[in-house]
Amino acid sequence: MYNYKDYIIEDGLPHIWCSGCGNGIVLNALTRALEEMQIPPEDIVIIAGSGCLSRLISYTNTSTIKMLHGRVLAGATGVKLANPKLKVFCLMGDGDCATIGGNHLIHCARRNIDVTAILCNNFNYGMTGGQYSSTTPMNSITTTSRYGLVYEEGFDICNLVTAAGASYVARATAYDVINLKKYIVEATEKKGFGFVEVLAACTTHYGKNNKMGNSTEMMKKINMMALPVSKSKKMSHEELKGRYLTGKLQDRYDREDYGTLYTRMVEEVKR
Amino acid sequence: MSDNVMFIQGNEAIVHGAIAAGARFFGGYPITPSSEIAEHASMLLPLVDGIFIQMEDEMASLASVEGASAAGLKGFTATSGLGFSIMQEHIGHAIMSEIPCVIVVVQRGGPGTGLATKPAQGDMMQARWGTNGDHSIIALAPSSVEECYELTVKAFYFAEKYRTPVVILSDAAVGKMYEGVTLRKLLPEEIASPRIPDCSPADYRTYRYDPDNIAVLAPMGGKYQVHLCSSVHDEFGHSKGTPQNSNKSVRYLTEKIEKHVDDITITKEYCLEDAEVVLVSFGCSCRSARGAAEMLGEQGVKAGVLQLLTLWPFPKKEIEKVLIQSKLVAVPELNLGQLYNEICRYNIFDTEIISINKVSGELITPTEIVDAIKEVF
Repeated sequence: MYNYKDYIIEDGLPHIWCSGCGNGIVLNALTRALEEMQIPPEDIVIIAGSGCLSRLISYTNTSTIKMLHGRVLAGATGVKLANPKLKVFCLMGDGDCATIGGNHLIHCARRNIDVTAILCNNFNYGMTGGQYSSTTPMNSITTTSRYGLVYEEGFDICNLVTAAGASYVARATAYDVINLKKYIVEATEKKGFGFVEVLAACTTHYGKNNKMGNSTEMMKKINMMALPVSKSKKMSHEELKGRYLTGKLQDRYDREDYGTLYTRMVEEVKR
Repeated sequence: MSDNVMFIQGNEAIVHGAIAAGARFFGGYPITPSSEIAEHASMLLPLVDGIFIQMEDEMASLASVEGASAAGLKGFTATSGLGFSIMQEHIGHAIMSEIPCVIVVVQRGGPGTGLATKPAQGDMMQARWGTNGDHSIIALAPSSVEECYELTVKAFYFAEKYRTPVVILSDAAVGKMYEGVTLRKLLPEEIASPRIPDCSPADYRTYRYDPDNIAVLAPMGGKYQVHLCSSVHDEFGHSKGTPQNSNKSVRYLTEKIEKHVDDITITKEYCLEDAEVVLVSFGCSCRSARGAAEMLGEQGVKAGVLQLLTLWPFPKKEIEKVLIQSKLVAVPELNLGQLYNEICRYNIFDTEIISINKVSGELITPTEIVDAIKEVF
């Protein structure tokens, strides 16, 4: 039996993240999800890119790759196809996953590569000082939009990944850690591309720049932005504005993953 | 299995060489004049249970190859000038993370989109210095279809032995050319041994800053925990940007290749023994150089050719030898003097060196080389 502590390098702690940051919660949810699935640590590869969340791989007792900024999913594609037995987890921030790596995200979802992608969306580039990203909500103040981000709209990244063809898509807030863990388990156990977006607080930059209060207040505010998908059905467009649908957003059974289809082709060709 | 004789293109021979060397993963993005490599990889790899994937761009291509290599498969990609530029960030990543991989560059005219279908040799310096930071690199340049096969085998061997990306610097002439070639059955020692660390999993470290004893990269998914890291790291592979770690790792990455230049150097000599005029060249231009040397010989000039199959690390000793022995060194190449300039750096002997270049997308003819030499000799 593996305990969640078996997945953590305790000597590596305490972590470097700011108080109130959602990244620690992601680490917590991930390791508890691994415990629930009882995956042997040697079968796990965790890949991160650049940014605050990428530090997570310093704390996990598994094989890890520090990939380039944006290329996490492209690297994960190679790892998974080379050794399908591996469970591959891709840990990315909104800059990494949705902005510089947006093209790889689309194609990884389209190919339905059997990896688990976790996007910790804190609405800005935290590591580099709080600049806006492709998920920063309209009108936000960031260090590169001092007069307000009035000219470009942020992505609904779950919609994008769903449209691109992922087998599994879910969204949770860092406040809702029980469901977050559940979605990570489901995304991993689902064959095909499993995508989980976490809405998280960056108290140091985004929160401070947008006067969202202290860590607790900010977490509450992010939770107010969330809306369980079940409740959204009867709501008008106007009511849904600025809200992030949470819960299981996609769970399809009509698409096989790349590895399965490729292996079948090889068998056919060799016959 | 015995030797296999085929009449094929240089690009195709590279795929045969890769598979013979044990490569089982190709991730690539089409670009002229390299596309036949992807096409043949897509046909041949499934037959040996290998993986072919066409990625969304060159960054993703090399990233996927790095990922496959981390998981234990020998991988390669193929591209040309601009695609090579896009890959440069990942070449630095693979150098710093010490991930073996092979990048085939079939050179075409540049800069920019340049001359897509015409041969050039303008990426010699891009291969050396294209990515950021101090580092060394291994680059091999074939001039025939047979050398495409043989050097690809070598490239995979060096990539594993030195845990580094290796560049095969081909060109549109060599890549597109058809020749009869013997796809020789390889000897066991020509293929790098499997990556098995010589220690227990508990004692295993992903890195060791010892140029004479490079740490074995254990494949992910076994008992050995691996931490591949492209930031300055400690021996575990954890990101630790201390002055000591930075100083050690950057020097080590250069030394682990430059210290072994003799092992990596491959050259061929034609009539070099008593040559007064030595043509130093690589890739397609070498063929013209050999023709020119023959013509000069017929005219009573003692001329020979030094072909550099290894371009990087730079074969200084071999260059110094011809600088000492000859009265004139001529350097024909399809660029404005990238090899010439490098040779000049080692000319402390006051030997006359001339640069013979062409950037028109056409090959240099033997006559043009002879004429250029006759002007000064």
